[in-house]
Amino acid sequence: MIEVENVSRVYNEGRPNEVRALNDVTLRIPDHAVTVLKGPSGSGKTTLLSLIGCLARPTSGRILLDGEIISALPEHFMAKMRRERFGFVFQRFHLIRGLSVVDNVMLPAYPAAPDYRELRERAMAALRRLRLEHRAGMKVELLSGGETQRVAIARALINDPEWVLADEPTANLDSALVEQLLEEIRMLKADGKSLVITTHDPRIIDSDVVDVVAEMRDGKITSVTEVER
Amino acid sequence: MFHWLARQRYLMDYTLAAMWRRKWRNLVLLVVFTLVVFLLASVSFFGSAVRFEAKRALKFAPEVMVQNLVLGRHALAPADWVDKLKGIRGTRNVRGRLWGYFYDQGNGANYTVMVADGSDPSLAVAPDEVIVGAGVARVREVEKLRNLLLLRPDGKLFKLRAKRILSDDSALLTHDLVLLSEADFREFFNLPRDAGFTDIALEVRNRREVATIANKISQRLPNARVVTREDILRTYENVFSWREGVLQAMLAASLAAFAIFAFDKASGLSAEERREIGILKALGWDTSDILAMKLWEGALLALFAFLIGAVAAYAHVFLFQAGVLAPVLKGWAVLYPQAPLTPQIDRLQLVTLAMLTIVPFIAATLVPVWKAAITDPEVVMR
Amino acid sequence: MTLREAPHIRRSTWALSLLALLFVALVAALGHSWLAVTAAKAPLQDDRSPTYLTRALGLTDLALFTEARYTRHPAMADLFTPFQDAPLSMEHFPAGSLVSPPPHLPATGTLKVETAHGERR
Repeated sequence: MIEVENVSRVYNEGRPNEVRALNDVTLRIPDHAVTVLKGPSGSGKTTLLSLIGCLARPTSGRILLDGEIISALPEHFMAKMRRERFGFVFQRFHLIRGLSVVDNVMLPAYPAAPDYRELRERAMAALRRLRLEHRAGMKVELLSGGETQRVAIARALINDPEWVLADEPTANLDSALVEQLLEEIRMLKADGKSLVITTHDPRIIDSDVVDVVAEMRDGKITSVTEVER
Repeated sequence: MFHWLARQRYLMDYTLAAMWRRKWRNLVLLVVFTLVVFLLASVSFFGSAVRFEAKRALKFAPEVMVQNLVLGRHALAPADWVDKLKGIRGTRNVRGRLWGYFYDQGNGANYTVMVADGSDPSLAVAPDEVIVGAGVARVREVEKLRNLLLLRPDGKLFKLRAKRILSDDSALLTHDLVLLSEADFREFFNLPRDAGFTDIALEVRNRREVATIANKISQRLPNARVVTREDILRTYENVFSWREGVLQAMLAASLAAFAIFAFDKASGLSAEERREIGILKALGWDTSDILAMKLWEGALLALFAFLIGAVAAYAHVFLFQAGVLAPVLKGWAVLYPQAPLTPQIDRLQLVTLAMLTIVPFIAATLVPVWKAAITDPEVVMR
Repeated sequence: MTLREAPHIRRSTWALSLLALLFVALVAALGHSWLAVTAAKAPLQDDRSPTYLTRALGLTDLALFTEARYTRHPAMADLFTPFQDAPLSMEHFPAGSLVSPPPHLPATGTLKVETAHGERR
């Protein structure tokens, strides 16, 4: 479980262009569930996602993962957290250009330096699950949009994290691909992963995979709905 | 430790893949860098090998040479000096030497013409005979013709039967030699019997007395210049050192330029590269991973440049007779020794070169790379 | 092409193998140098060896640069040999820039000449 306690995030603090992206947010995110952070752009959902994922530290407040504070760790441990506990799917996917699909998928595991053959098998297995095995040796910039996202998902899974964080995953997808994405989310959920997804796309929010919807506006949580099933 | 190595290999994998994206640019960089190392190493290897040969061979040079100076210039030593020198206690084997230069108008080569003193039967030359060095033999086809024709400037022709051609093994000392009998030498150069000698060589009975004897000679023959074997050896310790130093300073400057280039490249990381660093950090790479990965980029380039350059230079100087340096060393000379050099290399210089190649390159990139490595991973969310 | 068809070789394997190969070549060069130098240090007494000829003929210099006399016999040369033909003539043989004047000269009374032209060297 992730507990967000009174978290604020201020950019350019004390300067004329000061922005209060998050304002005293408190939220509990359950395990093995799909939680959606819903809201218009500028509502602070992406900022909240990066704080949860240890990409940044809150200006005030704290975040706990399974009861341990993760929001005040030294950088070295923040990196370890990102590597071991979280998998990220970025809005613009952020694959490394010029590298092959399989190399991209393996990247998050490099610092842990596992056995190479084993890692490669793992990467191939992840690609196989996402029906991308035939693209393994291809350079990522040659992939289609849907394929790129699946590679990004495979990359997020390579270290077998408990949490998968996705930022606006449908921003670059057409309807058919959204269906596919929902399938993948279902698959991850079935694997026991906990997902946090930021989106304002009703196709996701209204789908049956979502367990919790937290609505945000102007840096605050306005409502939290647990979907009854 | 094993984990550390495994991690470095992964980082190397990444850096190589990243470098491969701009392979031509990196290849050109590697080639130029290698070339600089190659030239530096070649000059260093050649210099130390020549110094080694000089030291090895000139250990047996005459212990003391006495020259006559007239008007401050090297002139013929009067014949009676031989007896005067014999009169100095502690000297032995005093002998007048006759040698000079001959410019061969036919091919523009300079020969060193010398009288073999005949103390060694295999090098004794009778009148009408000649022993030539390998270089002279080559340009005059002595091996085929079995004789050597020398045309005196006044038109008189000397036809000499080649008794022997000195081998290439000694070419570094002898390739331009033309050894004549004393009679032929005097006739060829129009040198009367009483004209004296080019210089006088002698030995000293007790090695430790060389300085004392040299002093005594200077006192007894105030016009003389005394050159000891030590002086000769010291001359060759310095050979090339001057130009080698200038050349090395110039090439070292280009290494510095490389370091500056590396620094510039590392500090002027493109937006694309910064974004990549941000992505890697967001994926869980530590600052130290980014740092090590970026340092490998420079280190691999420098290591390859150093190793290829040094090995190629060794092959170049010792297997291919320093062909690239030859035009510089040869100057305007027609004769140039083709002796294989003993591959004496200065290991300290090699280590210095390695340090000069690898360390500045890495050091220059350290600070800018570190600055990039602490990029905030949050940038990938924007 | 999938990666299963051909065994995949890591880039670092290529790089490290190449580096190892080059390193072995460098060590081989050092070994070769050591062997050759050791062999060369053994005094050769056959009458073709440079050491033998130096002694037998009383040679004083290396025949590296035959273009001018002060480069052919630097140990026997004066500081001003290059200027003998005319005091202002430039020393113009290429090899002249490679060979420095013998270090034993100042002791023989040519000090003045050296200060006059010393900065050139």
